[in-house]
Amino acid sequence: MGSRSSHAAVIPDGDSIRRETGFSQASLLRLHHRFRALDRNKKGYLSRMDLQQIGALAVNPLGDRIIESFFPDGSQRVDFPGFVRVLAHFRPVEDEDTETQDPKKPEPLNSRRNKLHYAFQLYDLDRDGKTSRHEMLQVLRLMVGVQVTEEQLENIADRTVQEADEDGDGAVSFVEFTKSLEKMDVEQKMSIRILK
Amino acid sequence: MLRAALSLLALPLAGAAEEPTQKPESPGEPPPGLELFRWQWHEVEAPYLVALWILVASLAKIVFHLSRKVTSLVPESCLLILLGLVLGGIVLAVAKKAEYQLEPGTFFLFLLPPIVLDSGYFMPSRLFFDNLGAILTYAVVGTLWNAFTTGAALWGLQQAGLVAPRVQAGLLDFLLFGSLISAVDPVAVLAVFEEVHVNETLFIIVFGESLLNDAVTVVLYKVCNSFVEMGSANVQATDYLKGVASLFVVSLGGAAVGLVFAFLLALTTRFTKRVRIIEPLLVFLLAYAAYLTAEMASLSAILAVTMCGLGCKKYVEANISHKSRTTVKYTMKTLASCAETVIFMLLGISAVDSSKWAWDSGLVLGTLIFILFFRALGVVLQTWVLNQFRLVPLDKIDQVVMSYGGLRGAVAFALVILLDRTKVPAKDYFVATTIVVVFFTVIVQGLTIKPLVKWLKVKRSEHHKPTLNQELHEHTFDHILAAVEDVVGHHGYHYWRDRWEQFDKKYLSQLLMRRSAYRIRDQIWDVYYRLNIRDAISFVDQGGHVLSSTGLTLPSMPSRNSVAETSVTNLLRESGSGACLDLQVIDTVRSGRDREDAVMHHLLCGGLYKPRRRYKASCSRHFISEDAQERQDKEVFQQNMKRRLESFKSTKHNIYFTKSKPRPRKTGRRKKDGVANAEATNGKHRGLGFQDTAAVILTVESEEEEEESDSSETEKEDDEGIIFVARATNEVLQEGKVSGSLEVCPSPRIIPPSPTCAEKELPWKSGQGDLAVYVSSETTKIVPVDMQTGWNQSISSLESLASPPCNQAPILTCLPPHPRGTEEPQVPLHLPSDPRSSFAFPPSLAKAGRSRSESSADLPQQQELQPLMGHKDHTHLSPGTATSHWCIQFNRGSRL
Repeated sequence: MGSRSSHAAVIPDGDSIRRETGFSQASLLRLHHRFRALDRNKKGYLSRMDLQQIGALAVNPLGDRIIESFFPDGSQRVDFPGFVRVLAHFRPVEDEDTETQDPKKPEPLNSRRNKLHYAFQLYDLDRDGKTSRHEMLQVLRLMVGVQVTEEQLENIADRTVQEADEDGDGAVSFVEFTKSLEKMDVEQKMSIRILK
Repeated sequence: MLRAALSLLALPLAGAAEEPTQKPESPGEPPPGLELFRWQWHEVEAPYLVALWILVASLAKIVFHLSRKVTSLVPESCLLILLGLVLGGIVLAVAKKAEYQLEPGTFFLFLLPPIVLDSGYFMPSRLFFDNLGAILTYAVVGTLWNAFTTGAALWGLQQAGLVAPRVQAGLLDFLLFGSLISAVDPVAVLAVFEEVHVNETLFIIVFGESLLNDAVTVVLYKVCNSFVEMGSANVQATDYLKGVASLFVVSLGGAAVGLVFAFLLALTTRFTKRVRIIEPLLVFLLAYAAYLTAEMASLSAILAVTMCGLGCKKYVEANISHKSRTTVKYTMKTLASCAETVIFMLLGISAVDSSKWAWDSGLVLGTLIFILFFRALGVVLQTWVLNQFRLVPLDKIDQVVMSYGGLRGAVAFALVILLDRTKVPAKDYFVATTIVVVFFTVIVQGLTIKPLVKWLKVKRSEHHKPTLNQELHEHTFDHILAAVEDVVGHHGYHYWRDRWEQFDKKYLSQLLMRRSAYRIRDQIWDVYYRLNIRDAISFVDQGGHVLSSTGLTLPSMPSRNSVAETSVTNLLRESGSGACLDLQVIDTVRSGRDREDAVMHHLLCGGLYKPRRRYKASCSRHFISEDAQERQDKEVFQQNMKRRLESFKSTKHNIYFTKSKPRPRKTGRRKKDGVANAEATNGKHRGLGFQDTAAVILTVESEEEEEESDSSETEKEDDEGIIFVARATNEVLQEGKVSGSLEVCPSPRIIPPSPTCAEKELPWKSGQGDLAVYVSSETTKIVPVDMQTGWNQSISSLESLASPPCNQAPILTCLPPHPRGTEEPQVPLHLPSDPRSSFAFPPSLAKAGRSRSESSADLPQQQELQPLMGHKDHTHLSPGTATSHWCIQFNRGSRL
């Protein structure tokens, strides 16, 4: 317990981060611990290199994009609040979250919408709010691997876009993206239990 | 026995049976000569009875399902048990003794395996592993809890004097009884829950528990049984330890046996390419072998088969042919349903046999109350613990259903029958109690669980069709979660699953899937493929309005801005007369009709299914030739893909980025020159009807080729008759010499670039000023395969001519997809300026055209002249010359 309290002291703005992300004290400590472990040179922030050193991320087809998502707007470093803010998307949705929803307060980071938005921005490379066929193809190329030929990939990309595209602009907007997943239990599928 | 059977099952036969059966009883006499008629009931008795029972069960099933009302209210298992009771009563009345009971041997060796295999094989593995923790907890802890508490409570009941003293049983006996009565039965659970349709998580937890608790049940049963047989005085402390150890041996051993056989099975099916016919058999044989092996080693056989089915499915499904897959599925379902039916019916019949019964109200009531109570208590306690760890906690309603869904069934009954009466003096009481418990759970709980689920508003399972988006995003989510777990540094479920998938991809799949299967096996692709098939089938079901524009809206996707109206179907009707079948005779009829015909032709060429051909009767026992059905499926698939892309392109071409590269093929037919050029060429075609679809078509075909390539003999003989085959033209062209197609050609000189000229001369290509052939729809339908190459060439060149440069593409947006009316005089050299002049080409042709244009990748700026440049020798053929040499290529030998 003693070490815990000393940790808590280490986290700057611990309370405000908690309020924003909804993480419990314990998970925040845990994440801070991890953050410092990833931060090799004790520089107080993470660079892309730090994240790329996580071995399993290298084999993840979306690894690069996920790393990229930690660095919004092309910045080179992510500090602890930023780090936690990204991870907060994966906090499980709890009952009190929905009940104590204050209309004035901004939507919690782990809301369905925000979870979906996180996934969506992995597709939307050029940040124009739409997943074009081209972007879809790139994702598919990452995900599907070598077994499927380029032509087949294109057909799949065509169909995927076509399937979700409702306004006929040949791209999937966020609204359309949300709609295509409305039957899926996103709250469950985009949550990690330990991030409470 | 014989008479009983006959009088019951086959009354008409009974009379006849008696006389003839007496005949063989006089062996001393010399045979009275040749018998015209001989009755040999005894020789067929056993299999005959089995067949009859199954028949009765099946007929009963049919009768039950005649009334939708009854089956929607009463589970089938209840009806079957009741039927069994009635039949058993009749047997008893006729034979004066009970017959045809559920023998434990038959049950465990023949009736149970199909059901377990079916459930293991078709277990939704993702769901299963997602909930594995909960399932294991309920299966192991829950079953142990139930067994011990029920046994102990019953013993307590006896000590309290509520059980009649004639039930001679000690604590161990009650524990033994508790162990066999506590296990939730997979057969009963499946039978009831399949009709209830609770949500998947709930279902998989209850059902998974019922499958996996077998190991615990077997161990408990065996341990208790041996303890009872040893006598409680002789049980040493080490025996308890052994009992605990045997739990691990039995469960892990059973699972290991199953996995080993799954591995063997997957590996075997990898090599069945040439003996497709035994694929389904292998599945059943090896799974059964797993069951028997586990049974032999007294491991958990149910666990073995479950793991075998679960483990092998992915690889087996990829390896075996489509037909074998269907066969496996249907056979498995048939066997399982058959076994289930027979089990329930025999359960009912067995209950009638009062000689095995010994009723004790205290014991029966006590057991009923205890199993319900302890089940509920156990579920609540375990769920409370589990919910600390679960992402989605199981709520109260789930717990109620889980407690109430703990049905007992035939396994308990078979186990209790197996007890040794000399060792377990209270066996008869236990039998009676078990029968009551089974009947109570199956009938009462089975009947009430549906209303209960409705009343509690349990989340039902939703059936929605898979969409590509969902599939893709689900994968994305998985990867995201795995990555986030990495970042967080927590090696949780997603981490290990990711690990496993990597391992599977790298090693297991490589080892266990045949190359071609591994190549095309991807879940996203799979969904894509299935969607296409479904679209195609529903499309055909709708009556196949192939050519009407409504046909372009696909059922699987919301209909939106449909393609511009071209009522080609009307055309079809109009131009049905005056067929000129001989294509070599070129009528010079100039009319607007020609143009329509031209469009018609292309539409038909692209849109019609191949004429159905009669197939040679194949009598081979070892091979099923790829038959019409399969070919048609593929065809439907191709057609559909094409159409979809068509509608896609024509509605949204403005965002069409083509990145297509020619696919390198084994056969090396297609050249893979510059991607840039391909892009350019492709870009030009946007907005055109069939052209863009070419890639799709060929893709599919090459896919097939890939699969068949190793067994090249499969397809060959099917080629006779009339087929439209998509062939790359440059195959001919690249050879740089007079190819087979020339043989019939009047003037060899013009062949390779002949596309242009052939195009010209073909009636549907001619503009106003040119000669035209009148080709009716009938004609076009039967364009022989031989025509293909020539056609390809001709049209491809024209196409590449006609295609506008890339930057003009936007113009096309305003065009109808079938530019039938916009045809213009086509002097090849001037064509590029007019984008609209291009036809909706048959896919094969478009493809050919594309690949052809690719061949001149080094001359991109000369693309307009491309058709002329396609072949060196003929680069300088002017279109004029080309037109002057008419050539229709009837090249029967040209199928290279």
